[in-house]
Amino acid sequence: MRVRLQHVAHTRSGDKGNTSNISVIAYDPVFYPFLKAQLGPDEFLRHYSGTVRGPVERYEVDAIAALNFVAHGALGGGVSRSLCLDNYGKSLSAAILGFELEIPDELADRLRGMPA
Amino acid sequence: MKNTLRIGAGSAWWGDRIEPAVLNAERGDLDYLCFETMAEATVSAAQVRARRDPSFPGYDTNLDDRMRGVLPACLGRGTRIVTNQGWINPDGAARRIVHWLREFGATGVRVAAVNGSLITDRVLDLADTILETGGPTSSLAPTLVSAEAYLGAEPIVEALRNGAQIVVTGRVADPSLFLAPMMHEFGWDALDHAHLGPGSGIGHLMECGAQVTGGYFCDPGFKDVPEPWNLAFPIAEVAPDGSAVLTKVAGTGGAVNLMTVKEQMLYEVHDPASYITPDVVVDFTTASLEQVGPDRVRVSGIGGKPRTPTLKVSMGCMEGFIGEDMFFYAGPGALRRARLAKRILEERFRIVNLDADELRIDFLGLDAIHGAMSPSDQPEPYEIAVRVAARTRTREEANKVGREVDGMAVSGVGHTGKRVPHHDRVREIIGVWSALVPRERIRPSINYFES
Repeated sequence: MRVRLQHVAHTRSGDKGNTSNISVIAYDPVFYPFLKAQLGPDEFLRHYSGTVRGPVERYEVDAIAALNFVAHGALGGGVSRSLCLDNYGKSLSAAILGFELEIPDELADRLRGMPA
Repeated sequence: MKNTLRIGAGSAWWGDRIEPAVLNAERGDLDYLCFETMAEATVSAAQVRARRDPSFPGYDTNLDDRMRGVLPACLGRGTRIVTNQGWINPDGAARRIVHWLREFGATGVRVAAVNGSLITDRVLDLADTILETGGPTSSLAPTLVSAEAYLGAEPIVEALRNGAQIVVTGRVADPSLFLAPMMHEFGWDALDHAHLGPGSGIGHLMECGAQVTGGYFCDPGFKDVPEPWNLAFPIAEVAPDGSAVLTKVAGTGGAVNLMTVKEQMLYEVHDPASYITPDVVVDFTTASLEQVGPDRVRVSGIGGKPRTPTLKVSMGCMEGFIGEDMFFYAGPGALRRARLAKRILEERFRIVNLDADELRIDFLGLDAIHGAMSPSDQPEPYEIAVRVAARTRTREEANKVGREVDGMAVSGVGHTGKRVPHHDRVREIIGVWSALVPRERIRPSINYFES
């Protein structure tokens, strides 16, 4: 089944200069391999197309079933220079919740926040 | 040596709430209470303000409220305080803290001020290359406002060893504020990276306060936390091996669970195997987390690698101005009126020769936050705000944004809603650049005061 990432993982963004890091953390480690296989740096950058300039690096943190994306050129030149209302990019981590990925049907009952 | 050291967070930034700090002081049974109050541009902004406003003391403008709130309980329990509220005037902050100590009748209490991070006058000699651009630091000379090195935990440890009950610093790396008490109490050497790694990692988990206890976290239906209006700041119960249990005062809202800890572990981290601090290079990839009770997460296995030979320096530069304002539409057709308003503004900015490095006219409610990536097939919102921002070299140019938005009141589109501009619509940009300096060239100094 095809689901939005928000049912599979939780996310948080942090800022450093003109770079935003966005962590994508599996709610259940069972989903981690699917995240790892389907959400690479290229898919990430495509999802943020027009908003993140790139490049994007991806770090894998297997111990906590998490991916850490480091998105360069994401904050309009840096927190103090950015003309974006959300100049820290605090809400950027929400955008990836809409990324769609393929999850085996038999894992459906482990998805979080699915409508009953 | 203590078996367990109890360290609480008192703030995660300048504007943070005071009550959770007071709660930690009164009910956290803390050995140490640590305050983090600085953002990237805090020092530069303080320098600019100090030049213009001789009455500005140069330290945390909330220092009085914070100290008034926590000192009675800290004095009662013997809780020591480590805080970076000194900004550009740690000595002044220490004197002010002494004032409050005397107000509360505490005499003979030692307060240390850690100086030495400010290196504005010699940064161009100490550092050659701007990290972000690879260009020479000398190119920043005409606009440089301030430069500060990120100090580590060592000078704080020295102050604690010399009997300071309260240590107030200028720029220190955030995790170092929490690591210093561990080094002091457990006798960890400054080169003992096997202990400093986990200690600094715990500091990283604590430095953003409520972000590990349910703040910047809850999302209805997905990640709910109880009473999100009543969050506590975290407490770390640290063991001599550098492992810790993260928790919070009982009876408060929020949550300390595996999810809040994982999110904070990666917050503002790039390579999780090499999180560089002045004291040690932290490796989070070996961490192990365990929920050992309600709102209790045990963190162990964080690794450490030897510290780097350099310290990071932040350089703040005056880079011009941002002018911004917004106005509103609602009801059927809000978006079409907003689109015409945007067109009118673009033409007006041409007519008044707006000289901007960048101009942005967004529709708040549609694409102002996530920008170009926002889906184009969204339903039309009932309400929309037109938000205008321009980055300019001069204040005069930035003022044109507000002037032209004012014109939209009677010379704009039908049904335009607009605020009367009582607020300041132009702000200065202090751009921040980084560089590295050899650590032996930075010499912290400590001054002691007594109540």
